[in-house]
Amino acid sequence: MEAQVTEKEILTTQHEEHHHHDEPFLTKYLFSQDHKMIGKQFLITGTFMAFVGMIMSLLFRVQLAWPGEGFAVLNFFLGDKWAPEGVLDPNMYLALVTIHGTIMVFFLLTAGLSGTFANLLIPLQIGARDMASGLLNMLSYWFFFVSSAIMLFSLYVESGPAAAGWTVYPPLSALPQAVPGSGLGMTLWLVSMSLFIVSSLLGGLNYIVTIINLRTKGMKMTRLPLSIWALFVTAILGVLSFPVLFAAALLLIFDRTFGTSFYLSDIYIAGEALDATGGSPLLFQHLFWFLGHPEVYIILLPALGITSEVIATNSRKPIFGYRAMVGSILAIGFLSFIVWGHHMFITGMNPFVGAVFTFTTLLIAIPSAVKAFNYITTLWKGNIRFTPAMMFAIAMVSTFITGGLTGIILADAALDINLHDTYFVVAHFHIVMGLSAVLAMFAGVYHWFPKLFGTLLNKRLGYIHFWLTFLSAYGVFFPQHFQGLAGVPRRYYSYTEYPMFADFADLSVFITIAAIIGGIAQVIFAYNFIYSAFRGQKSPQNPWGSNTLEWTTPIEHIHGNWPGELPTVHRWAYDYSKPGKDQDFVPQTVPLEEGEIDGESGH
Amino acid sequence: MSGEAIKAIDTNVLWGGGRSPFSVSYGKMMMWFFLISDALTFGGLLASLGFMRHKFADTWPVSEEIFFHFPFTHAHLPLMYVALMTFILIVSSVTMVLAVEAGHRMDKKNVILWLSLTVVGGIFFLASQAWEWSSYIAGPDGLISTWADNATLAQNPYPAANGGPGAVHYTQFFFFVTGFHGTHVFSGVVLNFIILLGVINGKYEKTGHYEMVEKVGLYWHFIDLVWVFVFTFYYLL
Repeated sequence: MEAQVTEKEILTTQHEEHHHHDEPFLTKYLFSQDHKMIGKQFLITGTFMAFVGMIMSLLFRVQLAWPGEGFAVLNFFLGDKWAPEGVLDPNMYLALVTIHGTIMVFFLLTAGLSGTFANLLIPLQIGARDMASGLLNMLSYWFFFVSSAIMLFSLYVESGPAAAGWTVYPPLSALPQAVPGSGLGMTLWLVSMSLFIVSSLLGGLNYIVTIINLRTKGMKMTRLPLSIWALFVTAILGVLSFPVLFAAALLLIFDRTFGTSFYLSDIYIAGEALDATGGSPLLFQHLFWFLGHPEVYIILLPALGITSEVIATNSRKPIFGYRAMVGSILAIGFLSFIVWGHHMFITGMNPFVGAVFTFTTLLIAIPSAVKAFNYITTLWKGNIRFTPAMMFAIAMVSTFITGGLTGIILADAALDINLHDTYFVVAHFHIVMGLSAVLAMFAGVYHWFPKLFGTLLNKRLGYIHFWLTFLSAYGVFFPQHFQGLAGVPRRYYSYTEYPMFADFADLSVFITIAAIIGGIAQVIFAYNFIYSAFRGQKSPQNPWGSNTLEWTTPIEHIHGNWPGELPTVHRWAYDYSKPGKDQDFVPQTVPLEEGEIDGESGH
Repeated sequence: MSGEAIKAIDTNVLWGGGRSPFSVSYGKMMMWFFLISDALTFGGLLASLGFMRHKFADTWPVSEEIFFHFPFTHAHLPLMYVALMTFILIVSSVTMVLAVEAGHRMDKKNVILWLSLTVVGGIFFLASQAWEWSSYIAGPDGLISTWADNATLAQNPYPAANGGPGAVHYTQFFFFVTGFHGTHVFSGVVLNFIILLGVINGKYEKTGHYEMVEKVGLYWHFIDLVWVFVFTFYYLL
C-alpha cells in the first residue's frame, strides 16, 4: 500500500501529457514552468548582467590606463556627479570594481551558467519530462530576476552602489561613514544577495533531486554524461555553501542596522570612537570564504562539464578516463570545503594552520591535473572538428592550465604573502575561474544553441568572436602577472603617486586597449545571438552527431520533451568512433549488440 | 515509507534509472536537502558563537547565574525553565511522530489529535521564549529598572564570572541565535497549522496519503534537533 503511494507520487512527477497547445504569452514566456524556457530566461538575464559588468570593467580600465584624464564616455555613463568633466570619481571607481565582481561571479557565472545549462540539460540529458518541481524552478528564476533588478537599482542611489569589493569585508562594508558606498548601496547589495541565495537554493534542490529521481530507464549514474555529473556536484556545493554566506550576511546586516558588533572592533573614524567593541572582522572572512571557495568550483565545475561534452563530441572519441573524470569532480567538490584559509594567509594566521591549508590547496591540483590531462588525451589523435564551440572548449583547457599553474604558486603560504592583493592574484583568478568559465559558457551556447532556439549560430561570426575574445583575454590578463610580481597592488584608483610603478604605465594602456577589443568582440556575439535566434539557419535534429539524449528530442520545443514514451538508455554517452559501427557515433538509445561491451572497456 | 526499504533490491535496479533510488518522492527528498542546507546556516552561526566565546573566554557571563528565574515564582532555579522549554519541544517532536504514524494508518482522527498537540507544544515554546526574552531584557523580577540599562543588541548588563563587565557578545548572540531559532519555530508552527487545517478539511484523505504531514514533520524534528545544539552551546557550556 505504502509502496504504491510512493510509486504513484513518482509517476505523477513525470506527467505523461505532452500534447502541444497554444499557451498564453504570460505562462509561455514569463511565468513559464517549462525547464527549456527557464533555461533561456536565465541565459538572457545572465548575459544582460554580464554586459553591464563588462561595461563597468571597461570604464575603470580607462581610468587605470589614463589616470585622471577626462573622457566623454565616462561622463556619458556616469554623469556629472561620478565623472565630473569625464574624470572618474575615486568612490565610483571602487563601486565599479565591486559591482563588476559581484555581477560576474554571482549573476553571470553562478546563476547565468548553472541556471542556463542545468535547466536546459538536466531533464534533456537524463531523459525526464521536466524538472522535479516546475513551480520551484520558476520561483528560482524570478527570485534571480528580482535580485538582479535590485542590484541594478543600487547603481542609481544617491550615495552610489556598494564599494567595499565583491567580498564586502567589514568594517569597510559595515560603516556608512567609511565610504559612501557603504550606505544605502550596501543595504541593497545585501538584500539582492539574500534573494540570490534563495534563488540558488531553490534551483539547487531541484537539480539534485531531479538527477537522483528522474533518470530514465537504463540511465545509471555511471552512464550520465559528465555535464550532468558536474552540474550535480555543483548543485550540492551550492546547497552546502550558500547558507553559510547567508549566516554571514545576516550578522553583517545586524552590525549595520541594529548596533551589534559581531564584526566591529574598537574603531575610530575621523578621531571619534565608535560604540562597537570587541567584534572580529576575521570572523566574517572565515564565514565568507567558507562559501567563497566552494563558490569558485560552483563556477568552474559546470564549465568543466560542458567542456567534456564538447571536446568528446568534436574529437569523435570517447572521453578519456570517464571514471577518473567523475572521481575528480567529486574530489574537487570535497576538497573545495577545506581550503578556504588560503584566502587568509596574511591575516596573522598561525603558520601551522597556514601549512595545513597550503597542503589541502595543493591537493586540488591532483584532480585538476587529471581533468586537464584527460582533455588533452581525448583530443590526442582525435578526428577533430573545429566548430566554434570546440575552439572555445580547447581555449578553456588552455586557460585552465595557465591559471591553474599560478594557483599552485599562490597556494603556497610563503609565496602568497608576497603576492597577496597584487595583480598576480587578479590575473590568476580571472584566467582560471573567470576566463575558463566564460569560454566554456560560450562553448556551451554555441554547442546547444540548436537546442535553445532551433537554429545554428553563424559560424564565421563565431570564429571572429572566438579569436578576438581569446587573444584579447590573454592580452588583458597575461601582463597582469608581471605587474603583480613587481608588487602593483590591486583595487588602487591610481598609481601615479608611486614612482616605482611608473614603468608599468604603458602596460596598463596595452591592457586597457586589449580589454576594449575584447568588449567589441562581445558585440559581435550579441548580434550573432539575436540574429541567429530569429533568422539563423535551421538546425537539423542532431547537428553535431552527438550521442546524448537531448538530440533525440524534436527540434521544436514541446512540453514533456519527448512525444510518446520516454527514451530508454542502453549505453554510456561516449560511444564515438566505436570499432565495428557504421557511423562514428552511437546514440545512447541504441541497444547493445550481442557481445558488445558497454562503457570505456568497449573501446 | 518503509514498504520497499525492507525488501532487498539489487543496486543495479535501484540506481538503474526509471525509478527513485531511495523510493521517496521528490518533495520529501527536497525537504531533506533543504534541512541539510539550513543546518549549515545554523552551523555558521554556532561556529561564530564558538569563535566569540573563545575570544572572550575571560569575560563571558555564566548562564546559570542569569537564567535562574521561573515564571510565577521567586525561587532560585538555575536553567530549570529553559530545561522545561527544551523538554516541551522534545515532547512536541514525539507527538509529531505519532501524527505521522497515524497518517500512515490513514487515521484522520488521530492525525488531528497529535498534530494539534504539536502545534500547542510549539506555541508553548514560543510563548516561553517571549517571556524569557522579556525577563532577560529587564532582568529577573525587573531588577534592571531603567530603560537605559536594559539588555539590548548593543549592550550587555550582565557581569562576567569574575564580576567584571561581561562580554557584549553574550547578549548579542542570545538575541541572534535564539531569535533565529525562534523564527524557525514560528514558521514551523504556521506550517503545522496550515497542514492541520488541510487534514481537518480532508484534503489528504482525498489525495490518499498524508505525506505532507511527514514533510512538515521532518522540518519540525530538525528544529528540535537544532534547539538541542543551541541549548548545549549557549546555555550549558
